[in-house]
Amino acid sequence: MSIKIGSVSKNFGQFAALKDVSLTVPSGELVALLGPSGSGKTTLLRIIAGLEAPDQGQIFFDGVETTNSHVRERQVGFVFQHYALFRHMTVFDNIAFGLTVKPRRERPGKAQIREKVFELLKLIQLEQLADRYPAQLSGGQRQRVALARALAVAPKVLLLDEPFGALDAKVRAELRRWLRRLHDEIHVTSVFVTHDQEEALEVADRIVVMNQGQIEQEGTPTQVYDHPATPFVFSFLGNVNLFHGRGTAGEVQAAVEPVPAVGYVRSHDIEVERQLSDPTAVRATVRYVQTVGPLVRVELALADTGAALEAELSREVADRLDLQVGEEVYVRPRKVTVFAEDYQI
Amino acid sequence: MHVAGGLKKTKSTKQGRGLGEPALVRWLLIAVTIGFLALFLLVPLAAVFSQALEKGWETYLAALHEPDTLAAIKLTLLTATISVPLNLVFGVVAAWGIAKFDFPGKSFLITLIDLPFSVSPVVSGLIYVLLFGLQGWLGPWLQAHDLKIIFAVPGIVLATIFVTFPFVARELIPLMEAQGREEEEAALTLGASGLQTFLRVTLPNIKWGILYGVILCNARAMGEFGAVSVVSGHVRGSTNTIPLQVEILYNEYNFAAAFAVASLLALLALVTLVVKTVAEWKVRQELANN
Repeated sequence: MSIKIGSVSKNFGQFAALKDVSLTVPSGELVALLGPSGSGKTTLLRIIAGLEAPDQGQIFFDGVETTNSHVRERQVGFVFQHYALFRHMTVFDNIAFGLTVKPRRERPGKAQIREKVFELLKLIQLEQLADRYPAQLSGGQRQRVALARALAVAPKVLLLDEPFGALDAKVRAELRRWLRRLHDEIHVTSVFVTHDQEEALEVADRIVVMNQGQIEQEGTPTQVYDHPATPFVFSFLGNVNLFHGRGTAGEVQAAVEPVPAVGYVRSHDIEVERQLSDPTAVRATVRYVQTVGPLVRVELALADTGAALEAELSREVADRLDLQVGEEVYVRPRKVTVFAEDYQI
Repeated sequence: MHVAGGLKKTKSTKQGRGLGEPALVRWLLIAVTIGFLALFLLVPLAAVFSQALEKGWETYLAALHEPDTLAAIKLTLLTATISVPLNLVFGVVAAWGIAKFDFPGKSFLITLIDLPFSVSPVVSGLIYVLLFGLQGWLGPWLQAHDLKIIFAVPGIVLATIFVTFPFVARELIPLMEAQGREEEEAALTLGASGLQTFLRVTLPNIKWGILYGVILCNARAMGEFGAVSVVSGHVRGSTNTIPLQVEILYNEYNFAAAFAVASLLALLALVTLVVKTVAEWKVRQELANN
């Protein structure tokens, strides 16, 4: 089922949470709404679910307008950041809930419900915990139960609000890989909200980057990462260094027209050398060297302007260079993206 | 030593050591507390029962079987039977509205609900005399239609409802606010109707909070003196509740009977205390499962 969002706006008092947002989610895809807190991503998700009503605009499921239909008629599965499991029900009853509240003539029999619940328990690998209460489960287990509960009613759309936000780093990484595999199996159109760019890059088919109630860019993870449309997208998706200069789009230093411009360079796209090997390299002083796991982070100061710069080197390269604090080196950006100066991050 | 926000305390004898107070100070503090409680709570309680049973069980039972006393007990039960369920419904509705929805004037509404706590019960009673009394706003109209509210049972019930309406709501509002709206939202997305959501998700989450509110509401409804005294008119055998009956008996120097009737209220207090303790413990569990 495809989702179409047409010019949706939403205000909370004076605060404009969404400003004229339009978006299409193709059927069967897993789409990430990525953005900082307050960017409107959760509001958009809740509007798709029907938990929030838009001030303006329409929502279509498979071309049929659902803007005014009630949450329970939309057949969406919603997974909350803090799980929202029914605390007084067992895991089994939680998952069975959606089936047991169906009108009598649509409700499956007890045996069928049991079969369906155990099928889902198997899918989330928690068969042995059917009789536990939510309070007796770990965070990762609770979130998997929440997902099974949402899937039990065979939703047309699966919506996940920061599904891994409350989990610790290791469980988070495991669970998002699991979600990716699960989606490859069941192919339900899914939208998930996250503020973690790594999560979005790893899990999603498409990424929608949001900022201040608007969509900055949408595309595949590679498109968004390699060809960011705005400085915001560039800086939100990874570490970034700014080179101020004058120039046209393309290269900063070869100034043809005197337009103020900023060159954006990722930390891992900066090369550090002892000898001047390329005319585009500039001189800089090493300020600080820190090893972070497999990477070495080097803080530098440009010799001409004194501007701070951060480079990420692999351990191998760093060991070979054996950089000392205070030492003069040459730095060379491997890849520069230029935006006009008047853009604001 | 404190786990998860201090909700579950582990049993340990070392708990006080962190404060580093000498044993003498600790024991002194505990002794003062116990002494104070004994003097002002346990001794009077014991006195009530010993006075009530001073002349033996037979006198005690006879005092309770006296027709005017039986009438007072009946009236008290009737008053509680009407006011407690009404306040239960009101409390749940008010708490649901306040905790689960946002609307302007919400904090003003909470203040209004608290009003009976901050107003003297005598004033609460007088409000109804002013409204429904013969000289009151609606008095002439009521008389013309032969309806009696003040110095009659309806007035007693109204005054009791007024003084007891905050109990259930006040207990449920913080509980429901702490539990949030997500479980209800989850139920709705799963296709549950409003009623199904209330019965299967909201109600089980607040049942102990409701019991706690109801038991306190009931204790106050049965024990209320001030407001009821103003509107009752003290007609023997017809508009006297248990507390009013105790006062009348006492003023007539009928001490054994007065204490016998008073012992009923004391018993009610003890039962209330036990149920309240259990409910409180369960409410804390409900919150801890968040």
